[in-house]
Amino acid sequence: MVAGVSKNNISVTLRVWRQAGPGKPGGFVDYPAKNVNSNMSILELLDVVNDELTLKGEEPIAFAHDCREGICGTCSLMIDGKPHGPNQGVASCQTYMRSFEDGAVIVIEPFRAAPFPIVKDLVSDRSAFDRIQQAGGFITVRTGAAPDANSIPVPKADAELAMDAAACIGCGACVAACKNRSAVLFVAAKVSHLGLMPQGQPERDSRVLAMVNTADELGFGSCTNQGECSAACPKLISHDFIVRLNRDYLSASFRSAFCAHAAGSHAD
Amino acid sequence: MAKLDSRIPPGPLAEKWRRHKAEIKLVNPANKRKYEVIVVGAGLAGSSAAATLGELGYKVRCFVFHDSPRRAHSIAAQGGINAAKNYQNDGDSVYRLFYDTVKGGDYRSREANVHRLAEVSVNIIDQCAAQGVPFAREYGGLLANRSFGGAQVSRTFYARGQTGQQLLLGAYSALSRTVGQGLVQLHAQEEMCDLVVIGGQAKGIITRNLVTGKVSRWAADAVILATGGYGNVFNLSTYARGSNATAIWRAYKRGACFANPCYTQIHPTCIPVSGDYQSKLTLMSESLRNDGRIWVPKRKEDCKKDPATIAEEDRDYYLERIYPSFGNLAPRDISSRAAKRVCDEGRGVGDSGLGVYLDFSDAIKRLGEDTVRERYGNLFDIYHEITNENAYRTPMRIYPAVHYTMGGLWVDYNLMSNLPGLFVLGEANFSDHGANRLGASALMQGLADGYFVVPYTVGDYLASQKPGSRPSTDAPEFKQAEDNVTSIITRLLGAKGTHPVSHFHKRLGHIMWQYCGMARTREGLETALKEIPKLREEFWATVKVPGSADTLNQSLEVAGRVADFLELGELMCRDALTREESCGCHFREEYQHPDGECKRDDANFAHVAAWEYQGAGTDPLRNVEPLVYEAIKMSMRNYK
Repeated sequence: MVAGVSKNNISVTLRVWRQAGPGKPGGFVDYPAKNVNSNMSILELLDVVNDELTLKGEEPIAFAHDCREGICGTCSLMIDGKPHGPNQGVASCQTYMRSFEDGAVIVIEPFRAAPFPIVKDLVSDRSAFDRIQQAGGFITVRTGAAPDANSIPVPKADAELAMDAAACIGCGACVAACKNRSAVLFVAAKVSHLGLMPQGQPERDSRVLAMVNTADELGFGSCTNQGECSAACPKLISHDFIVRLNRDYLSASFRSAFCAHAAGSHAD
Repeated sequence: MAKLDSRIPPGPLAEKWRRHKAEIKLVNPANKRKYEVIVVGAGLAGSSAAATLGELGYKVRCFVFHDSPRRAHSIAAQGGINAAKNYQNDGDSVYRLFYDTVKGGDYRSREANVHRLAEVSVNIIDQCAAQGVPFAREYGGLLANRSFGGAQVSRTFYARGQTGQQLLLGAYSALSRTVGQGLVQLHAQEEMCDLVVIGGQAKGIITRNLVTGKVSRWAADAVILATGGYGNVFNLSTYARGSNATAIWRAYKRGACFANPCYTQIHPTCIPVSGDYQSKLTLMSESLRNDGRIWVPKRKEDCKKDPATIAEEDRDYYLERIYPSFGNLAPRDISSRAAKRVCDEGRGVGDSGLGVYLDFSDAIKRLGEDTVRERYGNLFDIYHEITNENAYRTPMRIYPAVHYTMGGLWVDYNLMSNLPGLFVLGEANFSDHGANRLGASALMQGLADGYFVVPYTVGDYLASQKPGSRPSTDAPEFKQAEDNVTSIITRLLGAKGTHPVSHFHKRLGHIMWQYCGMARTREGLETALKEIPKLREEFWATVKVPGSADTLNQSLEVAGRVADFLELGELMCRDALTREESCGCHFREEYQHPDGECKRDDANFAHVAAWEYQGAGTDPLRNVEPLVYEAIKMSMRNYK
């Protein structure tokens, strides 16, 4: 963690990507910020800059944010070329100004990827992730049809590992960090979470095939095992899950090729 | 005067829901697809309702202002979800969960609703486990539990400190499945801005697309609001920045009664405020109170010292001292006020003096650091990120913060508001938590309402509506509502003032926290009732909202929400003023026992206050629904 001893107030320059709308030309604009409390988050600094822009009659910087506690996955700033900034294991909203030196020029861009088109300024459209989930990121269980919860024991180690994968917040940092714009860590997290649970077995093959194929169709790239995704992940989702995904995908592909009924169908 | 018929089914309490389900009307499966149901919000309540209604065969549209349903603020709930499974064999039962919830709510909730909540709690855990929610497990593979405030049994199920996230992702996966199958149509980044009422019934909504600015009309046979709570009236809270009251507030202005708006929960364990720029307060899960001990120095002069240098005998573990049987697990309202009292005495810690210690050193000695890390690791990490302090070495500093609103739109037993066809679920309604919600009960209520209550009760209402009788969006009521929405937008953009929206939100927050926060007085509330209308006038005269309406304009979004908060805040103060008693989170200083506990007035206030809008500039009407306790004897809450 870069965060060291709290310095009090610093001055920085925010070099921010401004773009009026999808397909419009964009460019960087500098916004000097003086006397910045180092306990402020970078989003809170954007709030302050935006209020100043408003009063000057300029349009504020659009940026995505909501919970501001690192769990909703809405915030998505590329800070100095790193998704969510210099510190590991945190989202943009948990990036505090104490992580930056006095006098720093901080470059802020949106998450960029062809399947994440820019909506405005620092906001990109990540609904492609929803479409991957809709293709197979679930266990089919009708409301009211579930057996008693303790009738399905889950070994503690499996549940813990599933939880490690399930911690994904769907922010898209993995995609933004990848030179191939691959969504494979995101898909691996969901496939591993459900595939590690006994409840997830009946649809294990159909799920992995549907999710991987949908990600391909949406234009996400392939994985070349650089590990940038895990390094940028605010929840530190392990690269190991990609290994698990590849194994699942391969065996599901074989089964669906040679034994069509075994792959099952994820829909009704 | 609104007609408030709670429609509580007859019969013994434990039989009501079963009997009601057997007696309410059903919709023929072939007819279900002829009905269109709108669900607004996709948190726990909205996602679960939309997915379940889609599965049942209704045509469902789900609207969210977020870019994805998975962003809803249910995601941030940390600690857990209660259920009367009695897997721990510690004597839990549906009755005990029911009793604890009614008692925790200080006898201001509706008995029949709470009993149903306790009954279906067990189904929720089954449903979520089957969906693959990675709940914490024991070594044998069965589900683990932890304890939470206000209960003497261990009935809380959890997934590390991210229970809300995992339950929401479960509901989101169910919703995604139905969206993928074409059973539910998802409308993301589409904010509800008005309710359309035709012939006294809710028949549609008006939305604004947050990306394109397009205002649209949507007709439906029933409208379900699951839009969460309104704690952001206080500006600083543990809510997400986007959480807002616009959907329920605009429904209120269309005639839906707003019940008990003054019941707001102040959570005892949040990270203290550190500066003026702050946009948000972060909660530290109540589950920490299982192993953390809360204390302040006995002497004021010790408050600025390094806590490690303060001897055991110089520490005041005030919750353990005052409430020996519940200790650090006393309910939230009681713990919050106790923290406020010791800080008001000058014994608070930290730079601001508004903080108390939550100390894990005993737990680390007893269990070892690894066990503490396994239980609460992510919370210690959050604390470190925000404060730059290591809570394994030095105690956390915590202070109460606004966290949840028990008040909300009035609903009957079917979760239908006084406007037929308008259903309200989860935190957006008022029904289950009385004047104080117990920990781990919000997740339970959201999922109970969405999975197991509204799918039945919506059918009962729809069965009374002729299939295909849904009005056209050309009806004059749609046009009138759309005009209302566009006129608000035009007015906000037209006020070329001198202050950003945040300026007014902060000032409203100060007024609310000071006068309608943890302790309230007649004098303070009367002051607030003078100041808020003045602030509102100033807002409309001097607010500056840049940009235009036909694009992504975040300032405009926030301005509309703050405009609504400026009205709702006034109603909250009015409600707090007229409730001349103390109960749960509503603490009026004039009404307290000599030991500082709440003094309820059951003779005059054992009722729900449901406010009815009477038009701008006219005082709203205070309707009353008496609360009748058949199974439980009302008594003074005692956690000592």
